[in-house]
Amino acid sequence: MLDDIAIRIRQNIGLVTAILLFCALYIFYNAAHPRGFSSAVLVQNGDEIFALAMLAMAQTVPVLMSGLDLSVGAVMTMVGCFASYLLTGAAGGAPLHLDMFGVHLGLGTFPGGVSGILLGIAVCLAIGAAAGFINGCVVVYGRIQPIIATLATGAVYIGIALFLRPTPGGKIDVDLNWALTNSLGDFASTVHIFDDGAAAWFAPFAWIPVPFVLLVLIPLLVWVPFRRSVLGRAVYAIGSAEGAAYMSGLPIERAKIAAFTLAGFFAGCGGLFLAIQTSSGNADIPQAGAYTLNSIASVVIGGTSLLGGTGSAIGSIFGAMVLRVISFFFRIFDIAPLLQPLFEGVILLAAVSIGALGMLRVKNTLELFR
Amino acid sequence: MPVADPTQSAFLELAGISKRYAGVRALEGVDFACERGKIHAVLGENGAGKSTLIKIIAGVVQPDSGRMRLAGSEVSFATPSAANAAGVVCIFQELSLMPDLSVADNISIASPPRRFGLIDAKAQRRRAEELLSEIGCEDVNPLRRVRDLPLSRRQVVEIAKALGKRPQLLILDEATSALTSADVEKVYAMLARLKAAGVAILYISHRMHEVEALADRASVFRNGRHIETFDKGRRSTADIIQLMIGRDIAAQYPPKPARNAAKPVLALENLCWERQLDRISLSIGAGEIVGLGGLDGQGQKSLLLALFGVLRGVTGRLTVADREVRPGSPAAAKSVGIALVPEDRKTEGLMLPMSIADNLAIASLDALSTGPFIDTGRERTAIQRAIARLQIKLDAASDAVSTLSGGNQQKVVLAKWLMTDPRIILLNDPTRGIDVGTKQELYRLMRELADQGAAILFYSTDYDELIGCCDRVVIMYDGRIVRELEGDDLTETNIVASSLNVDTDTAAGAAHA
Amino acid sequence: MTAASFSLSRDDRPILIAAAFIVVILVAGTVYTFARFGSAPLLSPAYLLQQLQIGAFLGIVSAGMMIVILIAQIDLSVPWTLAAAAMMATSVGGPLAIPVGLGVGVLVGLVNGVGVAYLRVPSMIFTLGVNAVMRGLMVAHTGGYAPQTGATDLMRMLAGDRTLGIPNALFVWAAVSVLVVVILQRMSLGRYIYAIGNKEAAAYLAGVNTRRVTVVCFVLCGLAAALAGVLLAGYSTKAYQGMGDAYLLPSIAAVVIGGTNILGGRGRYLGTLIGVVLIVLLNSVLSIMEMPEAGRQVIYGLVIIFMLLVYGRGERVTS
Repeated sequence: MLDDIAIRIRQNIGLVTAILLFCALYIFYNAAHPRGFSSAVLVQNGDEIFALAMLAMAQTVPVLMSGLDLSVGAVMTMVGCFASYLLTGAAGGAPLHLDMFGVHLGLGTFPGGVSGILLGIAVCLAIGAAAGFINGCVVVYGRIQPIIATLATGAVYIGIALFLRPTPGGKIDVDLNWALTNSLGDFASTVHIFDDGAAAWFAPFAWIPVPFVLLVLIPLLVWVPFRRSVLGRAVYAIGSAEGAAYMSGLPIERAKIAAFTLAGFFAGCGGLFLAIQTSSGNADIPQAGAYTLNSIASVVIGGTSLLGGTGSAIGSIFGAMVLRVISFFFRIFDIAPLLQPLFEGVILLAAVSIGALGMLRVKNTLELFR
Repeated sequence: MPVADPTQSAFLELAGISKRYAGVRALEGVDFACERGKIHAVLGENGAGKSTLIKIIAGVVQPDSGRMRLAGSEVSFATPSAANAAGVVCIFQELSLMPDLSVADNISIASPPRRFGLIDAKAQRRRAEELLSEIGCEDVNPLRRVRDLPLSRRQVVEIAKALGKRPQLLILDEATSALTSADVEKVYAMLARLKAAGVAILYISHRMHEVEALADRASVFRNGRHIETFDKGRRSTADIIQLMIGRDIAAQYPPKPARNAAKPVLALENLCWERQLDRISLSIGAGEIVGLGGLDGQGQKSLLLALFGVLRGVTGRLTVADREVRPGSPAAAKSVGIALVPEDRKTEGLMLPMSIADNLAIASLDALSTGPFIDTGRERTAIQRAIARLQIKLDAASDAVSTLSGGNQQKVVLAKWLMTDPRIILLNDPTRGIDVGTKQELYRLMRELADQGAAILFYSTDYDELIGCCDRVVIMYDGRIVRELEGDDLTETNIVASSLNVDTDTAAGAAHA
Repeated sequence: MTAASFSLSRDDRPILIAAAFIVVILVAGTVYTFARFGSAPLLSPAYLLQQLQIGAFLGIVSAGMMIVILIAQIDLSVPWTLAAAAMMATSVGGPLAIPVGLGVGVLVGLVNGVGVAYLRVPSMIFTLGVNAVMRGLMVAHTGGYAPQTGATDLMRMLAGDRTLGIPNALFVWAAVSVLVVVILQRMSLGRYIYAIGNKEAAAYLAGVNTRRVTVVCFVLCGLAAALAGVLLAGYSTKAYQGMGDAYLLPSIAAVVIGGTNILGGRGRYLGTLIGVVLIVLLNSVLSIMEMPEAGRQVIYGLVIIFMLLVYGRGERVTS
């Protein structure tokens, strides 16, 4: 039994390290913060962490299959732009309306109110999943390397985002913004549940930020079942040895498409939240690129091998949180804004290099090549 | 042509099966049958069509023409899983395991036990434990990753995985090549049980003594045709080999010259590395072939890698031609005249998609260059000479090396190193999975190289080979050299006894009793 | 034998298809301009030379990127290597401007190479970190504003002037191209590059100093990016923030459209050259059509997918 635990820890050492690193950094951050360990700080951090955490999860799925998805940032941006039309809360909203070579496209009227918002959220997530599904189809049926296929589809998605929002704009329903980007108590009072959040039993939980709740719920409801499904294990098998997976009769094509679709869904979650949080849609190309690259960094820090086969989306969430907490430090330690990019780079390099120091201890140099 | 007894109904029947790859004939009009409760060996050189036959039966490739009947009804398998569903299960030569998945995951990969639609990890683990204990290998923890297991244990997992599919027809393609002798016994016992339970077993092996020990019946293939099928004991080993290669073979191993005390080219003193090499001292003279024997995984491979500069933290003295050296990389080892034919030619020996010429020249480019520029004329000459010397069969040197047969690929690996004129040649099981004809060419070549003054250190899992080829054999056990056998002492009994690290006299006595 | 020598190798096919696609772009663009403006600028040598002059910067970056992709790595630090080289060159000025600029590239390449070859950090992540560091250094150095220093005369001459009516930048690009072809086809380094891209373990066990080769490849890529940066600063007479951002993805796209396998080990330089020309001309046609950024992005992505689909798709894994 102890043997089993030892094996499990050794096999998940990356995840364990990421969790410990995050805890250490975050406790230190709160200790140094003048209003540390308060709900307000937690809420603010949760809002800043959420989108990247979603993108890190999105990136994990293709990486486990030893592919990369360079379009996650683009999908996020595109979904955000759609959200800025669909989640206005007003009936008819700002009708989706495009001008292209003199052609006008209108999306008619969209239901307002709560049902409209729920429908809008569903549509946004479906758009993200659809984008991922297209990625999967290009990779599987086009037989194009994932990294280059998603580089191309990413350009297409950014293009669509630019059609939607040539300049930043749009409006998100104020209540929606308030409900999702604050504490559970604010959520309850906005949607009028638990006596508007005043129920006695609810009080001990009211301080918990909604983004953190979502960060637990989404992996629990989506990732965990996926990982334990036949398709999910096929994803790991493909990343480990695709030829062997085929010989074992695993549904390779379906697993690949499912992996990219799931990636699109997670990226859509990130885009949706980002739009809600900023109350607008913004086809920001550099931001999309930065999110994509940071998602890769999060995956690596979270203990998933870029070669595929080992790791998990949970680790990547912690990887993303580590990355974000590092940038929080700039705020409390008064580091000159000009030096921040430098520090971020140095810390990223240091993190991956320290992780790689084990390579210098490898006694059989052939093991370096696998 | 004596075919399987027609009165007894065959479990699997093939009729007129043909298959071509890009115009090259792999199988031609093959009729073949095997029965329940029999172990049926399939023999032939590499390229004889055995693998294609298996792949067709197992649904990996589809035949161009011909029919296949299983238990009396016509079948055709589009995928390996379709074959599995019909009870046809194959253990392939190239392991079909996912290295990053756990043993339990791998064993139940195709049809895991489920609860509420999701994989039931506990049931899966129980299943793995049951299957492993069925083979007698309970020591493998099902939670461990396959990557972390030694090759021999991976093969055990592979067999457990196949067993888990409850086969009606089990195909073993060189499935015991990586097993330790202890495990081989367990697998034999398991095959006997399956046979008694009425499973039809197709068995492919290049090890003749295995075939003799196991098979009830054997079929020989040559050049894509089914040559002959006969029952156990009807044919001698020499007959079988002749059937396989279609011509007479003189002596299996080249004669060993009388040894004269040559001065050592390679000398090691107290070589240690981690826990795998323990004070190894050994010297090899010019013109000598020294065998490395013992059970699998006793440090033989590590010793070869240590000499070739692959391992870090090796202690002890290593002298090459009286000069102390300490190679820190294969490049450094190469520069003092050491060559290594590695364990896995496909991932370590060759760049498969690159041309034969590029693969041959890669180790000697420095010698073939003027400054940083390759002298293409000299390169071409050297490549042609290497191809001629090893009689590599090819269409054009610009073809990808992956188009060659296994034996010819191994020749390319060896030829690559001969182009560097090495003084010391390290061979890591170079004949594994290679056909009889090419094996003999390699034996002759080894002797020829030794006669020209090379010192050869030769690791093999095949005791026959060690006895036939080597002037001397050192047996390793637990990282140490426990015995050195030479001349009349070089017998199978002695090798086996020393490999198990038991007293030779006891073992000899037991053998005589 | 003769029949075989006339048949196309699988490396030639993408190159021919890409070349054919260039013709399609030229024809389609000309039809458009003729119908709309009654002129055919795409067929005028002067216009094409001017476009290629701009394309030279992308061409040089792509040459370096190709070498790194051939060893199955990637260099994401190109944008800020390019910008840093340009900024350092302009701020040093004088005769040392170009050597200092190129020195920045060599230095970045060395760091990348050591991280990837010795620490064995995946290049995807290590070069990403180096890019961030270079950006940080430059932001700190310039204060986040456009540097006030200008390019030296030599830089302007190399990038902007013409000799015999042909832009000097094209000569530089040609020289870089010749160098890369010689490395890949005539030098043992080239053979090692392909070997490592195909199977690093096998190359290592064949006695190739794989780590040194990897470092050299990253240095060459850094050098190419730096050279492009120095020239681009000369062309625009100064360095500016984010001047390299527009070169990363197009350079990868050019290499891949040219038939180089993104997983390394296979590809010819001629293909990369044609890939660059294709992207440059595509951009020109889109500018003439006054395509908004959104449309450009979409077309850009679709072209890459389309080209790769036409090239014949990767082998399905069966064993």
